Amino acid sequence: MNSRERILGRVRRALADVPADERSYEEAVPRHYLREHGERTTEETIDLLAENLTDYRAVVHRADAEELPLLIMRLLAERGSQEVMVPPGLPPSWMAAADPVRIHDRAALTPDRIDRVGSVVTGCAVAIAETGTIVLDGSPDQGRRRITLVPDHHICVVGVPDQVVASVPQALERLDPTRPLTWISGPSATSDIELERVEGVHGPRALEVILLG
Amino acid sequence: MSSTFVGMPAFPEAARNAVADPTLRGNLRHATHTIRAKRAGAVAELSDWAELREAGRRIKDHTLRHLDRYLEQLEASVTAAGGTVHWAADADEANRIVTRLVKETGESEVVKVKSMATQEIGLNEALEAEGIRAYETDLAELIVQLGKDRPSHILVPAIHRNRGEIRDIFAHEMAAWGRPAPANLTDTPADLAEAARLHLREKFLRARVGVSGANFMVAETGTLVVVESEGNGRMCLTLPRTLISVVGIEKIVPTWRDLEVFLQTLPRSSTAERMNPYTSTWTGTTDEDGPRTFHLVLLDNGRTDALADQVGRQALRCIRCSACLNVCPVYERAGGHAYGSVYPGPIGAVLTPQLRGTTSEIDASLPYASSLCGACYEVCPVAIDIPEVLVHLRERVVQGGPAVRQGNKVVLRPAKGHAAERAAMRAAAWAFGHPGALRAGQRLASRSRRLHPRTLPGPGRAWSGTRDLPTPPAEPFRDWWQRTRGGKDAK
Amino acid sequence: MRVALFLTCVNDTLYPETGKAVVKLLGRLGVEVDFPMGQTCCGQAHYNTGYRHEAEPLARRFAEVFGEYDAVVTPSGSCGAMVRQAYPRMGERAGAEGRGDSLARALAPVVPKTYELTEFLVDVLGVTDVGARYPHRVTYHPTCHGLRGLGLGDRPRRLLEAVEGLDLVELPGADECCGFGGTFAVKNAAVSAAMGRDKVRNAESTGAEVLCAADNSCLMHIGGTMSRLRVGMRPVHIARILASTEEDPAV
Repeated sequence: MNSRERILGRVRRALADVPADERSYEEAVPRHYLREHGERTTEETIDLLAENLTDYRAVVHRADAEELPLLIMRLLAERGSQEVMVPPGLPPSWMAAADPVRIHDRAALTPDRIDRVGSVVTGCAVAIAETGTIVLDGSPDQGRRRITLVPDHHICVVGVPDQVVASVPQALERLDPTRPLTWISGPSATSDIELERVEGVHGPRALEVILLG
Repeated sequence: MSSTFVGMPAFPEAARNAVADPTLRGNLRHATHTIRAKRAGAVAELSDWAELREAGRRIKDHTLRHLDRYLEQLEASVTAAGGTVHWAADADEANRIVTRLVKETGESEVVKVKSMATQEIGLNEALEAEGIRAYETDLAELIVQLGKDRPSHILVPAIHRNRGEIRDIFAHEMAAWGRPAPANLTDTPADLAEAARLHLREKFLRARVGVSGANFMVAETGTLVVVESEGNGRMCLTLPRTLISVVGIEKIVPTWRDLEVFLQTLPRSSTAERMNPYTSTWTGTTDEDGPRTFHLVLLDNGRTDALADQVGRQALRCIRCSACLNVCPVYERAGGHAYGSVYPGPIGAVLTPQLRGTTSEIDASLPYASSLCGACYEVCPVAIDIPEVLVHLRERVVQGGPAVRQGNKVVLRPAKGHAAERAAMRAAAWAFGHPGALRAGQRLASRSRRLHPRTLPGPGRAWSGTRDLPTPPAEPFRDWWQRTRGGKDAK
Repeated sequence: MRVALFLTCVNDTLYPETGKAVVKLLGRLGVEVDFPMGQTCCGQAHYNTGYRHEAEPLARRFAEVFGEYDAVVTPSGSCGAMVRQAYPRMGERAGAEGRGDSLARALAPVVPKTYELTEFLVDVLGVTDVGARYPHRVTYHPTCHGLRGLGLGDRPRRLLEAVEGLDLVELPGADECCGFGGTFAVKNAAVSAAMGRDKVRNAESTGAEVLCAADNSCLMHIGGTMSRLRVGMRPVHIARILASTEEDPAV
């Protein structure tokens, strides 16, 4: 008998007391919790997103389509990055004014090479107001996971209000589980020393979020 | 479990030593009290916490009660998404599988995401024995690994260390493992985090094999979820060519939607955050993004034995948040090492004796490592009634009885060393069944009250070493009641 | 309404004054309590130490002795929790062991009508001002089984706040266990003692003369620690405070 059969056999014997006609999954799991917490206008939801992002030390900016290229240029200049990673599907207009050399993500790039790039600019899949979270799903405007991981400075553009939801349940509804997802709530952090939160470990230590609307 | 725990003294002895260590007491008190207040605040933000907790409990219970079906579904969906599923009945088998998979890549080192399952099976030691070096990349795990120490907390394995001790470990030990700590390293947490970043960076960038656990596995989609803070998880899950995840079979949830419960309750319960900095989900492999090869090792190692226990199986609902440790007054004073297991604290006291059995002295002492105060149950985000399971396991220790070990039905014999207690309990039960006998005992105590010492010799010292004894009254209540006809004749 | 006092074996043997206080307090509120002489012990120490089978006859005896009453009042949060929480569980376990539902049926009637004292006062009698006078500075320790097991909430506090002359001061870390825990106090004496010391130091910091609780087992541990540490405070059961009047004061 292989281990698969052995384990499944043990499970079945262990569950001998469970009646065959037990309630179905839908009946067994009551979902009386809220779809979102509190009632907010669209504007208030976006404000909450900004507030919670800031609370976890992300830097929040607001811009319209016209202002965006200049804002991105300014943020990259302030950071002093010589090079910036750009995902393949990033709208070219966003980077129209940016000075640093654009490094396009190719499979041939090694992690060491990406480590020498100062910044990365991406879009996102969805942003969650209640938790101050942005979610990347590897779409062309976000690129491979590694490009938002290795550079130390991440600029993420969130389309408002379309890409903003209030809550975790609403975000999951929008996301495709077959894609690799990265949920980001502020820059990397740790609570491993005396259970006190410190920002900045392995992931990007600077996270800037631009609310584009 | 990890060989480093073999030969642990029983809990009371280890705890006595911990209580006598003022540095340890101070470190634990500071850390647990810091997180307690924060957790309460993070939980209070959600008006529907009780409903989320109930849904979490029900999702986990339902999954456990149909675990065979969900395991098969998970296997099918992971395989369809390009992953390879392996089954490991015990720690040895899991270690053999992982070792073989690493060797097949031709590599001799792996980077690891913090994982309770791989600690439980002692994977690092097993790999080391085969010439493969495993680098822990979580900050606290790094502290433990560099310090040749043992973990003492589920979430923060180095909770027993303060910043000064961590500085010293980094300064002295990092060089032997790779990039040395910066000269003049201070003990500020930000500097220590920076030192860890620099030390591990080169390892992440060259790593070809990553090893992880998972917080959740979604049966319907084959998706695995890792919840973390530092980004070391993202590094290990994204940069290597091969990813090997070792996950306990109880980590399944049926549907994608179920994550909406746990991604709200887990971060608030563990680090007291609205959301942890990073959560990664992956489903098999993705073309040109992340590992090309993905192996999932499903681990039993005693879980099916726990599943066979109708009272004890609720411990398998655990999502490893460690809220119960942080709130436990016994953990706060005894520290994690006293539990002799990678699972310390209240959840460890109910999980370890079920995974390992109750035959060793330390395992048999764990169900008693609690005053049954119930604080753990109150904070548990999946409502594990830990006091109920503790009492149930005490019964298994002193009375023995039917149980399942390694998949086989056995009848356990009562543990040794409880004979005197058992006799006393039986005698007391007899006396309480005979009020006349009880009364005779009470009167004897009352009449000899002037002879009662404030302290006791022998085993009684366990009480009177630190606490004075009460003086028995002149007469027990029942005598007063009869003498005064329920107080009517009193004064 | 026929009301029985379940005093508990610990109170009967060691703390009869608590029993007398309950009789006096309830009498003053117009409730004549009976003390059925057949009562002994609820079985908590046995059950919590792992001797469930030894606890079963004690639970059966409890159900027989108190079955005929309309309400059972006990001045102990932990014994109250034993009846209300563990008795149903004992019945279930006996059934799961293939011993039928006889135990469950025997115990079921007493479960809903067993009340901890402060619960009985607030929920059944509907009083919070019991006409007591106790001119002392008091801090209150909510015992674990009362607080988390029975969910007594702010009932004891409301009762104490209504006592004339009583100065109630907040106990830091009030919700934390005192470290008694039944046989835990001797099986893990070092941790138990450390918890007790911390509880006493917190109590001492309030400047109160009296530490009040609704369970004498915990007070035995806390009081024994106070006495050993020579802390000038005394442990007093809430029943004695609520029974205290100008004419017949409790110290």
